[in-house]
Amino acid sequence: MHAEGAIRTPYAEMARFLDTTGEAALEQKRLEAETLFRRIGVTFAVYTEGGDPERLIPFDVIPRILARDEWERLSQGLEQRVRALNAFLSDVYGKREIIEAGRIPAALVLENEGFLPQMQGFTPPGGVWTVISGIDLVRTGPDNFYVLEDNCRTPSGVSYMLENREAMFRLFPEICARHRIAPVSHYPEELLETLKSIAPARCGAEPCVVVLTPGPYNSAYYEHSFLADEMGVELVEGADLFVRDEAVFMRTTAGPKQVDVIYRRIDDEFLDPECFRADSVVGVPGLMAAYRAGNVALANAPGTGIADDKAVYPYVPEMVRFYLKEEPILSNVPTFMCERPADQDYVLANLDKLVVKLARGSGGYGMLVGPHATQEQRDDFAARIRARPGDYIAQPTLALSTVPTLGEDGIGPRHVDLRPFVLFGKSVRMVPGGLTRVALRQGSLVVNSSQGGGTKDTWVLLEDPPDAAQLSLPAPPDAAAMAQSQTLGGMTQSQTPGSQTQGNA
Amino acid sequence: MLSRTADCLFWLGRYSERAGNVARGLAATLRMAMLAQPLAADNEWRALLIATGSEPGFSAKHAHANAEAVVHWLTLDLDNPSGIAACVEAGRRNARTVRTALTVDMWEAINDTWIEFRRLDPSVIRGDRLPGFLDWVKSRALLFNGAATDTMLRDDAWRFVHLGTMLERADNTARLLDVRHAAFTPAAEGDAAQYAQWQAVLRSVSALRAYQHVFHARLQPHLVAELLLLRQELPRSLLACYRNVEAVLDAIADNNGGTRGECHALAAALHAQMRQGKVDAVLAGGLHDFLTGTIDRNIALGREIGAFYLSGQRS
Repeated sequence: MHAEGAIRTPYAEMARFLDTTGEAALEQKRLEAETLFRRIGVTFAVYTEGGDPERLIPFDVIPRILARDEWERLSQGLEQRVRALNAFLSDVYGKREIIEAGRIPAALVLENEGFLPQMQGFTPPGGVWTVISGIDLVRTGPDNFYVLEDNCRTPSGVSYMLENREAMFRLFPEICARHRIAPVSHYPEELLETLKSIAPARCGAEPCVVVLTPGPYNSAYYEHSFLADEMGVELVEGADLFVRDEAVFMRTTAGPKQVDVIYRRIDDEFLDPECFRADSVVGVPGLMAAYRAGNVALANAPGTGIADDKAVYPYVPEMVRFYLKEEPILSNVPTFMCERPADQDYVLANLDKLVVKLARGSGGYGMLVGPHATQEQRDDFAARIRARPGDYIAQPTLALSTVPTLGEDGIGPRHVDLRPFVLFGKSVRMVPGGLTRVALRQGSLVVNSSQGGGTKDTWVLLEDPPDAAQLSLPAPPDAAAMAQSQTLGGMTQSQTPGSQTQGNA
Repeated sequence: MLSRTADCLFWLGRYSERAGNVARGLAATLRMAMLAQPLAADNEWRALLIATGSEPGFSAKHAHANAEAVVHWLTLDLDNPSGIAACVEAGRRNARTVRTALTVDMWEAINDTWIEFRRLDPSVIRGDRLPGFLDWVKSRALLFNGAATDTMLRDDAWRFVHLGTMLERADNTARLLDVRHAAFTPAAEGDAAQYAQWQAVLRSVSALRAYQHVFHARLQPHLVAELLLLRQELPRSLLACYRNVEAVLDAIADNNGGTRGECHALAAALHAQMRQGKVDAVLAGGLHDFLTGTIDRNIALGREIGAFYLSGQRS
């Protein structure tokens, strides 16, 4: 839907459905969904929240809908952006041409915490750094998508994308059938194919792929186990792996087994205590030596944090032009870098209009939404920005589009973002759509699940729904006829009262 | 299979079995305590504590082993690692860690138990409500075993769960019998009190009816002992448990390159001991010594299985 409340064509059928379905019925479906998610165990632990360690992310039963042509344009933009980010990584850990050319300040890259000097001069398997990326987008108008941020390290949320679709199929089979929704359920296969495509050359046709998790206490553990299960590969913890002669093995009941590709959901600094943080207990000693020796592939490569740093973000359009010689298809949100004096002056003077974020950090922690903040909060942030300007960036609050959402007082407009997942191995793959996150509180702009946001299913329609006038549902078959044919052909005749009557007649 | 996965599956089987066994033991003791004199009733509760191997922890918290304290300790008290609450927690924790190795039905059996357990009103263990609660725990353990038996592929995941279940069951049968070993000495009088003891032993492994089906006779101590130790027909007898343990360990070895270790030898020895054992000889040699010996070897077997398959230390 547009901000002004007009209904876009892809929503036509859904709007009819919502009109004819009472809010009480939708609320009932919402409760069913909650039971469903809790039974499956789709949970997300939220740090710093003393409550339920196995909290559910609220699920909104009204899907977010995109037309096919909208998605096609988006996906071209996403592929372009991911290729540029990847070229940037190869460059900054290689010849540094973009710095030489003066298109990005050297200090911003080389003195950045996200830059890993250990990766200097290294070429990852297949030349791919960002095997899995999640690009966060927001929409401001019919054809205006902005990239809010790039996630090139270990983006999460794809399991919600898949489970949300399953929940919709189960809760609303009819309305799903009335739309031609592009499927997403093949994502795990695409992921496995992508991971296999970066396996070391010595592997045969069936490289051993594993998912490396920090363990069950990690907030995204459900997703780690879900993906391993869907791909049919082992879910390992650091202690399950060991390195011998620069090769990685897992401990099995049949003795050690060599591992070829690791989809790791552990941050860089914890990967290998011999190379990064020595106090890491979730990593694998010697892993980086094996990686450098070319005996194992890691997805994503260590060091990708420099590409999704919020201070580097303003330069991504420049990367597209520099490496691909193309104009960026997706725009950036205008960003003020507080370390630039002119930008800082502007930010401090306009705190009530801006969103201020930590340049490093995720999950919506340490964020100021100016228009919704109190004067006290704004003063607090002003002091913090003055003290450490390099830590903060600011962006205008966009006139975000909204989509219909079931709130506490009925259906109303809520702000959403979209995180499509981009896979990059021998080629770029993605499944249509992504994870839609929704700010459940009216007027709120914060969609992070750690900040009380929820999720929705995201539908990319292969074609627009027909107009109501063109709808011609087949008439329901005559119930009596159905019963008769069933009892005649079936094996339950003697148990069916109707057929007994028939037999006696 | 990952050694850690095997470890979680093995302990999942053990904890689930243990939760059900504690409930059975409690139900039998509750009945004994109802029949006993008020003072003697406390002896029944102490006997159950000893059988579950959790008496030291209990004594550190409680001065007296009365009904209320023991029931709470064995059901809701998370400080007791062998209590039902801790078994449900630990079982579910292991299950969650190896979600991918379980079937949906197994996961739902465990997870629903855990969810319901967390919502329990603590008064569910008081007075008249206790038997209903114990039945519920028993039925949840049965549901888990049924889900595992009916839905798991017969691969190593199944074998490690089953191995844990059988090893835990053997341990439980041996302990429950040992607690009442005095009722099985040759000098034991066949009075009403002894009779109730034999009944309680059978009840605690849900085998009172089974006894009648096998022997068609009034309860006699050597037959009760024979049923629990040496009869193939009773799924909770030591013979039945060790036959399964040996077979499962063999299947695991065959599926993992054929190598065998100390655990296989121990399992074979325990199985042979029960297969060749004669109840008169066991009773003559002292039931208590026989059972404590078995419990010790069962512990050693668990340790050897850990070293060979579950720790990942084998090169």
